Amino acid sequence: MDISKRPQTFERQKGFSNTVRTEQVSTRPATYYLSGAKIKRFKMLEESSEPGWLSEEVKTGTTIIAIEFDGGVVLGSDSRVSAGETVVNRVMNKLSLLHDKIYCALSGSAADAQTIAEMVNYQLDVHSIEVGEDPQVRSAATLVKNISYKYKEELSAHLIVAGWDKRGGGQVYVTLNGLLSRQPFAVGGSGSAYVYGFVDAEYRKAMSKEDCQQFVVNTLSLAMSRDGSSGGVAYLVTIDEKGAEEKCILGNELPTFYDQ
Amino acid sequence: MLTLYNPICSLYNPIYYTTIMAVEYDGGVVIGADSRTTTGAYIANRVTDKLTPIHDRIFCCRSGSAADTQAIADVVTYQLGFHSIELDEAPLVQTAANLFKASCYRYREELMAGIIVAGWDKRRGGQVYTVPVGGMLVRQPVSVGGSGSTYIYGYMDSNYKPNMTKDQCLRLVSGALSLAMERDGSSGGVVRLAAISETGVDRQVILGNQLPKWSTA
Repeated sequence: MDISKRPQTFERQKGFSNTVRTEQVSTRPATYYLSGAKIKRFKMLEESSEPGWLSEEVKTGTTIIAIEFDGGVVLGSDSRVSAGETVVNRVMNKLSLLHDKIYCALSGSAADAQTIAEMVNYQLDVHSIEVGEDPQVRSAATLVKNISYKYKEELSAHLIVAGWDKRGGGQVYVTLNGLLSRQPFAVGGSGSAYVYGFVDAEYRKAMSKEDCQQFVVNTLSLAMSRDGSSGGVAYLVTIDEKGAEEKCILGNELPTFYDQ
Repeated sequence: MLTLYNPICSLYNPIYYTTIMAVEYDGGVVIGADSRTTTGAYIANRVTDKLTPIHDRIFCCRSGSAADTQAIADVVTYQLGFHSIELDEAPLVQTAANLFKASCYRYREELMAGIIVAGWDKRRGGQVYTVPVGGMLVRQPVSVGGSGSTYIYGYMDSNYKPNMTKDQCLRLVSGALSLAMERDGSSGGVVRLAAISETGVDRQVILGNQLPKWSTA
């Protein structure tokens, strides 16, 4: 078993009275998840009054979405990372750079997803130097897929890869569990379940860049209002021929709906 | 929520993993449901009617265990019929909803039933009450239930507005149900709709090839 996951026990002195009692407390380092991971709850041998984030190893939530338009892509994500009931990071940017014009959206185990993104970032840098030009989005997605597939038993992360290249324009690829599939748009994370109906109904072919941005913001806002594990602010990245533009939309600027 | 289907053994547990929805408008309610009953992976009934009349102007939409919800609906139909004779007038939708809640809450450990009660009465007009698993009771202007409901929360939030007309509600419900049936493997078949108002109940069936189509399909 991985050494970092072995439970550590220590004795803690408690109380200010004359009789000092010692208490055995079992802790293990917390593992933070973005969404979608099925992890067994760690069973404590005795009751502990610690906060959840010290001992809980529970799945957390996310909503990520990517959509292509003629000339580029728009990616969006929420910003919540939670462990149990605690939100350990309310402003995390889950859209991470793989190359100048290729980004990926992270979901699942935070550690797994970030590591995959860093590895592919490195591999793409080397690859782009070797070929002497910007890499294709398909290459980035294939590199992510190779890692996801080879280590599919150990990893639990789902990355949506999206970007622009001069051969294929804007492209969105899903790499769930090691498959590779190009789609006009993709949603992922625990919050995505609540918006499948909405995206199916609202998506139209050949939307403009502004329509896509509005579509992404509406979808994120709906998912964040229904999914307890998604929330915070919305991050948007728009990638086209000229480059990538990052944007952050605060909670009070998000669109609201009939019951808000 | 496991169902075991053993083709040799006669014990099986038909379940309505379903999508049900109810919307109120000024003057009545519109309710809708899919039509699939499954026992494991086998579709036991592909044309189920999950919209059950409880009284002349009160219906319930059933999801969860088929046996449990049928039994509860029968009990409430009897209780409500008796109550309405004693009262000598049409019962209130709130009464029907509370009767459902009483049964669902008392036997919450044994039952698996998620019910939406909707109807029209002359005191408050069209009303929708939802009694999910566990026995809570809450009134909402629009409510979805069943396994397919998770996929249409976003669609419902963005497309429902207060004070819609009956036709807008019918379009909202049939659109939402067809989206859920598309994404949820446990919902499917035809869409059954009913519009309840002071003048009566107007039922319709939308067949698979007449459902609204979306560009991703």
